Amino acid sequence: MLHNLSVGELAERLNSREVSSVELTRHFLARIDRFSPALNALITLTADRALADAAAADLRLGRGERGPLLGIPLIHKDIFCTDGVRTSCGSRMLDNFIAPYDATVVTRLKAAGTVMLGKANMDEFAMGSSNETSYYGPVKNPWNLNKVPGGSSGGSAAAAAARLAPLTTGTDTGGSIRQPAALTGTTGVKPTYGRVSRYGMIAFASSLDQAGVLARSVADAAPALQAMAGFDPRDSTSVDAPVPDYTAALARPLKGLKIGLLREFFVGLEARNAALIHDALKVYQELGATTKEVSLPHLPASVPTYYVVAPAECSSNLSRFDGVRYGYRCENPHDLMDLYKRSRGEGFGAEVKRRIMTGTYVLSAGYFDAYYLKAQRVRRLIVDDFRAAFTQVDLLIGPTTPTPAFDIGAKIDDPVTMYLNDIYTIGANLAGLPGLSLPCGFVDGLPMGLQLIGPHFSEDRLLCAGHGYQLATDWHRRAPQGYE
Amino acid sequence: MSLTRQDVEKIAHLARLSISAEELPVYVSALSSIVNFVDELSRVPTEDVAPLAHPLDGQHQRLRADAVAESDNHEKYQANAPSVAAGLYVVPRVIE
Repeated sequence: MLHNLSVGELAERLNSREVSSVELTRHFLARIDRFSPALNALITLTADRALADAAAADLRLGRGERGPLLGIPLIHKDIFCTDGVRTSCGSRMLDNFIAPYDATVVTRLKAAGTVMLGKANMDEFAMGSSNETSYYGPVKNPWNLNKVPGGSSGGSAAAAAARLAPLTTGTDTGGSIRQPAALTGTTGVKPTYGRVSRYGMIAFASSLDQAGVLARSVADAAPALQAMAGFDPRDSTSVDAPVPDYTAALARPLKGLKIGLLREFFVGLEARNAALIHDALKVYQELGATTKEVSLPHLPASVPTYYVVAPAECSSNLSRFDGVRYGYRCENPHDLMDLYKRSRGEGFGAEVKRRIMTGTYVLSAGYFDAYYLKAQRVRRLIVDDFRAAFTQVDLLIGPTTPTPAFDIGAKIDDPVTMYLNDIYTIGANLAGLPGLSLPCGFVDGLPMGLQLIGPHFSEDRLLCAGHGYQLATDWHRRAPQGYE
Repeated sequence: MSLTRQDVEKIAHLARLSISAEELPVYVSALSSIVNFVDELSRVPTEDVAPLAHPLDGQHQRLRADAVAESDNHEKYQANAPSVAAGLYVVPRVIE
């Protein structure tokens, strides 16, 4: 079946004209039609546009053009602006917002010949770890419809796991690619801060946000990351550094790779969850890697640090939603202050309002030093811990999440419990490091994720290590029942 | 540390968010538990540690040439506005 083929296999069939991009697009649109209503993975379907893009890709293929993504369908997280297409960011605030331009990620993937099928559901403004904060309702996990798919890129993860598209885009501010990838048995790459342009990606926390990709394997993700990565003058934090050939990097040997097992990631971790990580470590040892335990003593402070820094940046970024220039406006405002307050009060959901208020509080007079500056100081200690660790090892390994997917509704009323889902993923965001989540086994029939974290701009090394693991294991090939 | 109703009302005003009387106690309780949680930071010694705002070393804000890079798209941009007249955004009367 076409939906079980890898991106490389699909590209071969497209290049040999055995299958057309229009046929491939129709195949995935039919799967979306069949499965998406129950999963609630998409906010907007762009079928007509997809078929037009596919026809254009077929013309390019007909002219002899070739490329690893030419004619390949994908789904964009609804945080990326798409010219002429609603870009809601999962919020009532932007329910009526038609983006007037394309995000750089969208432009680049379009130039590579990808076909956008639609826009994926997500936690509102990417604030959430379960996809339950979306204005459009929760996304269901294809492995068990009573479970969350993780968040905030939950629609992207569910769509990739259910084979509604070979590739989906995501963003990761505190784990929002890696955590849903882990909970849905997919592969998720969060690049180095500055590696992929943030232009046209609706801002949540500007010093942490980074775009990446979810797929069924590292080999599938590599060409997508290749197309997305690289300097963009339109993003002032984009880094002007050469981008290695990620697909070529997959073939490098793993012999001699030094892997650090993160001691702090195993404190309190349930034994059967920890056992999966130790099994993965054995795979790496058989592939010729050496392993040692390393410690990041300040890592336990990463969650409270994040929940000061991220809300502070969010309260500033979301001040642009004023009910005047775009987005939701309340009915019959009696003055300008009423317009601001009710447009924002009615347009934002509860979690977004909690974070805006937390951020406003930690930045307010009298609390700025005690919370915001304090968190920035602790952030430096965490960054220094990672730097010290990378003088001893090439990459770090641990679980992506403490547990597999939890029940829909289980944590939504308790923000702090929900925030602790991100305990293993937030460190990489605070330090701007690239991270990768790989399926590494099952607990109670639900997938678990193995996380690799590397030094800045080591995506090639991470992808190579992830690919090596996937050549030696078949966890990433498992499909949820009913979606094979 | 626990926040009061007055604290939360003040924060909501600063953040320009209307919060209903029914919602207020829910936010008082949620924000208090979040603030208690992030108070853990006070236990981390940070004397002589400089605050860090950007995760990559040596990156600084670039300046671009002062040259025209965009054409006039105001009609396209204002198509998303709730209320526009003669190319201007319309809001409730501010000056009597």
